[in-house]
Amino acid sequence: MSGMIIEGKTGRWEVICGLEIHCQIISKSKMFSGASTHYGSDTNENVSFVDAGMPGMLPTLNEECVRQAIKTGLGLNAVINKYSEFARKNYFYADLPQGYQITQFKYPLVGEGKVVVNLSDGTTKEIGIERIHIEQDAGKSIHDISPNKSFIDLNRAGVGLMEIVTKPDFRSPEEAGAFLRKLRSIVRYLGTCDGNMDEGSMRCDINVSVRKVGETELRTRNEMKNVNSVKFVMQAIESEAKRHVETYENGGTIEQETRQFDPNTCATKVMRKKEFAHDYRYFPEPDLLPLVIDDEYIEQIRSEMVELPDAKQERFVKELGLTAYDASVLCENKETAEWFEKAANGHDAKKVANWMMGDFFAMLNEKKISLEESPISPENLGRLVDLITSNVINGKTAKDVFALMAETGDTPDKIVEEKGLKQVTDTAAIEAVIDAVISANPDNVAAYKAGKTALMGWFVGQVMKESRGKANPGIVNQILAQKLNS
Amino acid sequence: MAIDTQTVKKIAFLSRLKIEDDKIDATEEEFNKILQWVDQLKEVNTDDVEPLVSVNENNITMRQDEVTDGNLAKEVLANAPMTEYGYFAVPKVVE
Amino acid sequence: MMTDLTKLTIAQAREGLRAKEFSAQELTHAYIANMEKKRHLNAYVCETPEKALEQAALSQNKIEKGEGGDLEGIPLGIKDLFCTKGIATTACSNILKGFVPPYESTVTAKLLAAGANFLGKLNLDEFAMGGSNETSAFGPVVNPWSKNIPLVAGGSSGGSAAAVAAQMCAAATGTDTGGSIRQPSAYCGVTGIKPTYGRCSRYGIIAFASSLDQAGPIAKDVRDCAIMLKNMAGYDTKDATSAKVDVPDFEKFLGQDVRGLRIGLPKEFRVDGLDKNVAAYWDKAAEILKARGADVVEISLPHSKYALATYYIIAPAEASSNLARYDGLRFGNRVDGEHLDDMYINSRSKGFGKEVKRRIMIGTYVLSAGYYDAYYLKAQKVRRLIRDDFVRAFEKCDLILTPTAPTAAFPIGDKSMNANPILMWLNDIFTVSISLAGLPAMSLPIGLSEDGLPLGIQLIGKAFDEATIFKAASALEKDIDFGGKK
Repeated sequence: MSGMIIEGKTGRWEVICGLEIHCQIISKSKMFSGASTHYGSDTNENVSFVDAGMPGMLPTLNEECVRQAIKTGLGLNAVINKYSEFARKNYFYADLPQGYQITQFKYPLVGEGKVVVNLSDGTTKEIGIERIHIEQDAGKSIHDISPNKSFIDLNRAGVGLMEIVTKPDFRSPEEAGAFLRKLRSIVRYLGTCDGNMDEGSMRCDINVSVRKVGETELRTRNEMKNVNSVKFVMQAIESEAKRHVETYENGGTIEQETRQFDPNTCATKVMRKKEFAHDYRYFPEPDLLPLVIDDEYIEQIRSEMVELPDAKQERFVKELGLTAYDASVLCENKETAEWFEKAANGHDAKKVANWMMGDFFAMLNEKKISLEESPISPENLGRLVDLITSNVINGKTAKDVFALMAETGDTPDKIVEEKGLKQVTDTAAIEAVIDAVISANPDNVAAYKAGKTALMGWFVGQVMKESRGKANPGIVNQILAQKLNS
Repeated sequence: MAIDTQTVKKIAFLSRLKIEDDKIDATEEEFNKILQWVDQLKEVNTDDVEPLVSVNENNITMRQDEVTDGNLAKEVLANAPMTEYGYFAVPKVVE
Repeated sequence: MMTDLTKLTIAQAREGLRAKEFSAQELTHAYIANMEKKRHLNAYVCETPEKALEQAALSQNKIEKGEGGDLEGIPLGIKDLFCTKGIATTACSNILKGFVPPYESTVTAKLLAAGANFLGKLNLDEFAMGGSNETSAFGPVVNPWSKNIPLVAGGSSGGSAAAVAAQMCAAATGTDTGGSIRQPSAYCGVTGIKPTYGRCSRYGIIAFASSLDQAGPIAKDVRDCAIMLKNMAGYDTKDATSAKVDVPDFEKFLGQDVRGLRIGLPKEFRVDGLDKNVAAYWDKAAEILKARGADVVEISLPHSKYALATYYIIAPAEASSNLARYDGLRFGNRVDGEHLDDMYINSRSKGFGKEVKRRIMIGTYVLSAGYYDAYYLKAQKVRRLIRDDFVRAFEKCDLILTPTAPTAAFPIGDKSMNANPILMWLNDIFTVSISLAGLPAMSLPIGLSEDGLPLGIQLIGKAFDEATIFKAASALEKDIDFGGKK
């Protein structure tokens, strides 16, 4: 049971939530013009006459945006619609130059799909995708430069967006959070959206309602616009659901309205109400013909798809022997998974995974650096694991070698060689050390033989100490046991 | 379908047009006359008729993803009634 | 000699230029002199004689070297709906007064590339919405055929038709959404063709109704229309609705045999109370073609009587959206207001004229929630039936012959039409169904009414079969003693 239940005064309530996620499509040029999508250019620099809605200007469709949306649809196991249509959504706003947004309404490019998310209790849940349509982004209004004016920058106007609409399948903030992370991981794998919520390239609208456990009808929902982090999405769902329950239990009603989540107070508030409700007057965009694609086109895109996190995870478990948990952690991020694969290539994958998820991630955290900035190359980590499995160094030494690798970026072989850390596997040499330890400690030998077998550890420690850590612990154990038990 | 004063006002607002109070009645009357006239379409049986969206029955042609436009800030702003710091300027938008 | 130059057709002028009988500058000067002399017609809203002469000088150089395009040295007038780089373009609306496009429409760019020079921008109904040129913010155009009282030149391309009729340019560009090339051509006794939807690029033409708007020429005769259209038409990557269809050399079809050509007369167009002059000339045109060996057949266009009502839903709907960009923000005239919405409302209320506001409101209404299906969707369905009628009719014939307009030009300021917009709209009764079907149609002068005013006859072709129209039109033209005015 992964759903969140709110224990109210009058009974138990469940949360019903759906998400609409706007993902900025990665493309060089805008969806309907040849202007650049580059982020951070000078004001109004990446604006064509089309983007500015100048008289007589017409949109032309960027094929890359269509391909990216289809790719995303395939990544979400969704139906690709061979017939789709563009539509105009009409409203006046300062950063909407044409007075309408070109979007899709009745016939979206992508239809129903599904995504499986992993939850913390080890269960999975399937989340339904309702549709994905493609549309143009608006410009940006800047309100904080002048006290009595707003300023408009149209650099973003016309950048391609995919709006991914889920079914109202979420029953807890955790599920929504897990879905968003999964979605982000998928679009990043596909290279269709960079998924940076804080930069606004992925923006989330949330629909929330509650109902008593056992009720089958849906109650009135509220929408929260543009929530910009996974954490805030989870907080917004929780606070809004609680507000609904409280309102109902105090005899109130919920009005359908658009609200805003304030991360500072962790609460939602009503956005300013308009004199008249919006009436978007959608109709088919007469400047663009319907978008008709065939199976061949779809299959061609499918053939270019990269391996997605779910498939990669499965392969890591099946072929490399990783645990499901380790595989899921390593696969959430495409770069991490690729780094791991490089490191594991030709080495003991399970051990490489352990090293990565342990010392390696800890090192990155400590140094506050990204994977790409790691002083340890994947090849070197793989080599380190090799040195351990082939008994060149023991586990304890390996930790020291790893620390030196992180410091110098040197190969483990070089470090082991220079520092003389190769473990002693010569049985005669080890035997000599053991003999010396036994003869120096007759009391403990007697105690051991009398049944105090726990002293074995003490003997091993002594031998290791004498050999300055280089003796192979396995061989030490074996010879010690032979001698003490004889 | 006859429309009322409230609808006329709503349509005017959606169109961002002002109708002077003394013109509302006349506008409403004219609107209704026009709507009555177009209501002749009700006679036509359109069951099983697909709406005609475009007379051009071709499929859309798509453009390759290349940056071919932009870097026109000066020209884009040239006709604007008010600009500041390279932005278009408007009365303060209150959220 | 100099004044005579304005009487020459493009074909004649071209010969004269090549034969060095006169120079491009002399030709342009002759038109400029005529423009000045006939300013009372109010055909031009912006004159650009210096620019025209500059271009003419360049053309003359080319002609002397035996170079140059199809229209080298030919002075044209441009409907003020075409954006012309560096030259004010207003759509004859106050909201755009002072707007100087930093870009050139595809059609005018093609004409310039063919060697033409532009004498100036021609008057039209505001945003091409009107059938008499009376909605222009610059006042109505006076029909050059006016005798005692000033008559309308028709609309919306009233300035274009009047300028051609009054020899104020060799030919002009027009646009036709529901009859805006054909009806003024008929009223002014000149020849104009609206090509198939998609034949000419709409890029840079200020949009009225995107699914209907088409550019076309208005000229002194059929041959000039052929020369002009060839140089205006063609696929354009900047207009997604433009057609990838080869542009034939229309001139080649002039004078070709019409024997065996099947001419359809739609029985529904013989409406009750049809003007007897109009009816008589319609019969006469059919007789002429019959005498030349064509077969005249009766056809049926049963849904054409719904074309006007259909048109007055679809065109305003698209217009309401297309004109949303005129908000006083990025171009055009702004009337300040306290808040953004006030600025929008003030700018638009002051900037748009009565007819434009009327159509924006109708369009907004038919697209709004609750009315979309009853009006807009219904109209789109009827539009299909209207189009299908033509498809069926063209199984029985190769061309359709009808009057262009139900009457000759009427006086400016007609009280009943001003009081009842529907009466004004009825002037488009013979032209709108063709626009809705996207078909090509030409109006050419057929004779004078009892009052001595020109009447037009309309030839309608299959989609992208303008060639057959040119063939039949040239045959008709030969046998018509129009008594064309100077």
